[in-house]
Amino acid sequence: MRTLTILLLVGVVMGSMSSRAAEITTIAVGYLEITDDPRYEEKRAYARIRVKPHDRPLPGAELAIRESRILGRALKMKFRLERGKGKTAADLAGEVERLSAVGVRYFLVDADAVVLDALAKATADRDLLLFNISEPSDVLRASGCQAHLIHTLPSYAMRTDALAQVLIANKWREVLVLKGSLEGDAAYAAAFQASAKRFGVKVTAIRDFVLGNDPRERGKNNIRLMTAKDDYDVVFIADTEGEFGRYVPFQTNRPRPIIGTEGLIAEAWHWSWERHGAPQLNQRFEKRAKRRMTGPDWAAWMAVKAVIESIVRTKSANFNTVRAYLKGDRMTLDGYKGTPSSFRPWDNQLRQPVLVHTHNAVIERAPLKGFLHPTENMDTLGFDRGDKKCRL
Amino acid sequence: MIGFLRRLSPGIIVLMAVAPAAAGPSGQIYVTNEKSSTITVLDNKTHKVIRSFKTCKRPRGVHFSKDRTQFYVGCADDNVIVVYETATAKLVKRIRGIEEPETFDLSPDGKTLYVSNEEDAAVSFVDVETGKVFGYVELGEEPEGVQVTADGSTVYVASEAANIVHVIDTATATIKADILVGTRPRRFALTPDEKELWVSAELAGQVDIIDTRTNRTTGDIVFLPTGFRRNEVTPVDIMMTADGKTVYVALGRANHVAVVDVASRKVRDYILVGKRPWGLALSRDEKTLYVANGLSDDLTIINAVSLKVVKSVPVGMVPYGILIDD
Repeated sequence: MRTLTILLLVGVVMGSMSSRAAEITTIAVGYLEITDDPRYEEKRAYARIRVKPHDRPLPGAELAIRESRILGRALKMKFRLERGKGKTAADLAGEVERLSAVGVRYFLVDADAVVLDALAKATADRDLLLFNISEPSDVLRASGCQAHLIHTLPSYAMRTDALAQVLIANKWREVLVLKGSLEGDAAYAAAFQASAKRFGVKVTAIRDFVLGNDPRERGKNNIRLMTAKDDYDVVFIADTEGEFGRYVPFQTNRPRPIIGTEGLIAEAWHWSWERHGAPQLNQRFEKRAKRRMTGPDWAAWMAVKAVIESIVRTKSANFNTVRAYLKGDRMTLDGYKGTPSSFRPWDNQLRQPVLVHTHNAVIERAPLKGFLHPTENMDTLGFDRGDKKCRL
Repeated sequence: MIGFLRRLSPGIIVLMAVAPAAAGPSGQIYVTNEKSSTITVLDNKTHKVIRSFKTCKRPRGVHFSKDRTQFYVGCADDNVIVVYETATAKLVKRIRGIEEPETFDLSPDGKTLYVSNEEDAAVSFVDVETGKVFGYVELGEEPEGVQVTADGSTVYVASEAANIVHVIDTATATIKADILVGTRPRRFALTPDEKELWVSAELAGQVDIIDTRTNRTTGDIVFLPTGFRRNEVTPVDIMMTADGKTVYVALGRANHVAVVDVASRKVRDYILVGKRPWGLALSRDEKTLYVANGLSDDLTIINAVSLKVVKSVPVGMVPYGILIDD
């Protein structure tokens, strides 16, 4: 009986596919990445331990495509990814050229701020959308913002605002900042300083750290010495590479919690998030990717979903119609974080809750209770309209 | 609590928790607690907790058998549907191998359970008697609410992640139509004449109304209790009175239950309940409404005539489904 039913089902599916094949519209979403991207270099730490927080977010995009198959069946549409690779921004611009010639209009780009900026400039006059899925740079959402560059990953500012809200909620008002030498470290520390000012947290000192054992530089490489002077409630670490930060917990001179890139971390996603349907998403992702979902995976998944949702709701393949819906205020994207997401018209940033987590638990979902905004509480995170950081 | 043995008929020994006058309804309320994997039993007169017992892991959906002498509990983490005797909560059997059951509905003849399989993205047709899965339809991701029509010919399943209501022909186990609805559709209510299907769209903060003849949405109802913004309102369970005049909607994060007049499609009232109400149940006389509050681990009991809260009772961790034997 069961075999019979299944056979019957297969027959129906195949039959419907062949009879409808002619009417099915296929929509390709571009996926661009940099070969030899230093952010994904294996075994960076000198001990050959992998400390980088994320892998290439491709499985996130693939998952969203897979999830669209039933929706596609209902609407007689088929979605797929078209991948492109290159060593430089110019290479990727060539890939955009190649793919847009065959009708691709939406491109996920997994690249750092420099490449994203150059690629966006090179494609500025084109009818297409680029989705930043892995670069938190504030500059790309401020002075470097561009009309066709969309961000599904939260910015540094959104993440540090989330942390500042947690500090205020806990009445931990004095923070010692330890900062590394990388550009990302400086950007993250600067974002935290701005958040501290915005929410009323005091930065007691900012100290640069260096990796090494040179006794002449112990003021910069010895964690106990760096954390001995004055008092503070919390240590904020800006160490985007993670090599220094992993040694700071339990080595501070005072018993103080660690936040930033270590300890309590604010990000788009964490595998331990268990509300708003998150366990189902995590399960689906882990089943396919054989690893846990990270922020950039989520951002890639969300970018593909945003494109599909806009096409589905407008029932249109017209680029202008779809773009208008995507950036518009009717967008209701389900990011499995409990509050529907949409894009901020002033800087193309996806507004979303930020998860504040430890290594194995989500402690808070920002915006925290009590942090209110005149129109949209999620806009207490990152650049608000009134900040006028970006002029599109 | 005093339990005693009572001989109802030769060969059947039933353990009763409380003592009803006859073999009629036991007056017990069963609440499934998703996170503590327990079922809490309350008395429907005193509204006191009688006891609670361990069940399978992550119990959620709960449903009576046709004659109400048994009830079914779906347990997602054990891939099982457990069958209990209604009067005694004694285990009758386990239907195993049902992938992550969430909610389900029973065919009018009482022979088939239509179960949404959350992880498999499918609906299973389960023979209650044999426990065999004899039909299986692939759906959009995260199927949730299931609703069978009175003639048993059609089953509606809401796919949470695909924003689709699937219309399934039960005879052939095929999809008749896919209806695009608001973001994250969850549960259903069917008007008594079956002309309208109401479906809650959790993230859209609304209930969509589907015309069942055309399979198109014909309208929606937006909920905004005082002091809440649209994106703080996340409706889940939805319950219609037998006369089809009133609908109750549990508003999730907005911590209220909405009372909707079906004819005018207007919200009559909002009732403040516990934290993140999802599950709803009405007493048989429809004078009492029970609300399971997932994040405050309690049950709000509402006088459905005056629309006032009577009491709230602590139950297990993350209460989900409610079943009333009255």
